[in-house]
Amino acid sequence: MLQRGASSATADAGLALSLRRRWRFGEKTIESFILLNGLLAIIVLLGVLFLLMREGLPVFTYTSPLKFFFGTKWYPVSEPPTFGMLSFFVATLWVTLVATAIAVPIGVGCAAYLAEVAPASVRETVKPIVELLAGIPSVVMGLIGLMLLSPLVQSTFNLNTGLSGLTAAIMLSMMSLPIIVSVSEDALRAVPKEFREASYALGATRWETIRHVCIPGALSGIAAAVMLGVGRAIGETMTVLMVAGGALAVPYSPTEPMMPMTAAIASGIGNAVRGGLQYQALFAIGLILFLMTLSVNLIADRVLERQKRKFTR
Amino acid sequence: MKFRLNKRFITISAAILLALTLAITGCARSAPAPATGTELSGSFKVIGSNTVTPLTTIWAEEFMKMNPKANIAVSGPGSGVGIANLIDGTTDIAQASRKMKSREYDQAKEKGVNPYEIQVATDALSVVVHPSNPVSELTIAQLSAIFTNEITSWKEIGGNDAPIVAISRDTNSGTHVFFKEHVVQMQGLDTENKALEYGQDVLFLPSTEGGITEVANNPNAIFYPGLGYVDERVKPLAIKRTADDPAVLPSVETALDGTYPISRPLLYYTNGEPAGLIKAFVDYCRSSEGQAKVIEVGYVPLQ
Repeated sequence: MLQRGASSATADAGLALSLRRRWRFGEKTIESFILLNGLLAIIVLLGVLFLLMREGLPVFTYTSPLKFFFGTKWYPVSEPPTFGMLSFFVATLWVTLVATAIAVPIGVGCAAYLAEVAPASVRETVKPIVELLAGIPSVVMGLIGLMLLSPLVQSTFNLNTGLSGLTAAIMLSMMSLPIIVSVSEDALRAVPKEFREASYALGATRWETIRHVCIPGALSGIAAAVMLGVGRAIGETMTVLMVAGGALAVPYSPTEPMMPMTAAIASGIGNAVRGGLQYQALFAIGLILFLMTLSVNLIADRVLERQKRKFTR
Repeated sequence: MKFRLNKRFITISAAILLALTLAITGCARSAPAPATGTELSGSFKVIGSNTVTPLTTIWAEEFMKMNPKANIAVSGPGSGVGIANLIDGTTDIAQASRKMKSREYDQAKEKGVNPYEIQVATDALSVVVHPSNPVSELTIAQLSAIFTNEITSWKEIGGNDAPIVAISRDTNSGTHVFFKEHVVQMQGLDTENKALEYGQDVLFLPSTEGGITEVANNPNAIFYPGLGYVDERVKPLAIKRTADDPAVLPSVETALDGTYPISRPLLYYTNGEPAGLIKAFVDYCRSSEGQAKVIEVGYVPLQ
């Protein structure tokens, strides 16, 4: 070290300069890499949309869009084939509706308990466990539905078969529960402490505070949580394929066996020859499904954004 | 210095690992080698019928035991899937429980594929109900009425006063198509009607096993699995061709002598006449050794 002392000052300055230059270069690279990643997500999204349209839209040269949406007969392997997807659409609506109706009260209640009532130690154990529920594979949920829930639903509601929209909806509600609990709990905890203190100061009980202050305050966040849960329920495939029953009739009640859009695609795509009519029809259903989940997620995103802005004044 | 060496070591070993992986997967993907010597090697895929799968699986296992260098991948998503894969060139053998349709032949020709049909066994398609169901025989016309939802109560055909839950495989299945043509549309009978379709209240399930499970749990259900899937959890029905014919229970004997009315060929389709490894496999399946396995699985041998 001592021997090199004389020239070390200039060398250090040169080194620092080159380091800074290299640093700037490195930062630029990383920056553009991140930008590229961001763009990639958009490109993939547009690519999926493009693919769905390219493969799906040609079916409308065979069947008019009106007949496709409102037709109730789906016979893809008959000669000539008939494509009418109304019963799939109604089935998706039923399953999603019932799943949401079950999951929202339970989910929001659970979130309110965790955010407002439970002591920190309980919250810290229960929340990760609820979130673990999201990690159960959908096939496993389907198996549970098939083996345990479907006989139970059949005997409880005195149905012809336990394979019904209701069974699927109950399984789906369990699958969307983690999202609803997790996001609404975050929203509830984002409500400023002053709100609660003011409420207590006016003599409100804990229940009144939750009911009239916390939940209304976090409403947009809770709405977003519900939307995300709905998006999960619409898109879920394996579970509904296994337990929803798969009947082609337009279901008038959730206790009937039915085939939601995702199940219709999954059970039909295997034997559809690439570019054939059935293939195109299934892609058209996929396109509609994609637009449905996309709009639900966009709405959820917008609502969540509003929630964030509300408390960052 | 030590750190840098470590890093280089890691990079090099990662590169070697990558190269090895590529080499191994590359080998596994190589085309089936022509059978020149006595030692057969290579790999191929069999995709298709859920019904034929248990049989193909046993044949493949035995064949691989005899030829340790051969590798066969079997999967059973449905006959339609197998045929679609053959047309798209993504499988070597399509296993099917129905014949290819003329539309599928056209599609194959368009893609330059030349389907070659080989019968490997016969199946008696059984109709099963819950063991507690008092109904024990049905005619084809009654079955057709059940699966078009024209008859909706067991009472109408001599059973309990309970609704019928008719269960079918989904459209991927060759069984779905075979049952539609030969039972729902009553092909070959005087009452044949090509306009008939499965009723809107029929349940479409993604697997044969799922249908059996539902029949075993549900006293009002009726389903049509291949003979190989029938076990003690369900009761097979005796079938009459018409009301005047005798009722016949599905079995190997009744399918072989032709008295059981709903039997069908189980088929393999290849692109052109099979050669090399695939020919060896098909020859094994059709040999007396292979046909002995057919009875074990519960299907009907060729002779």
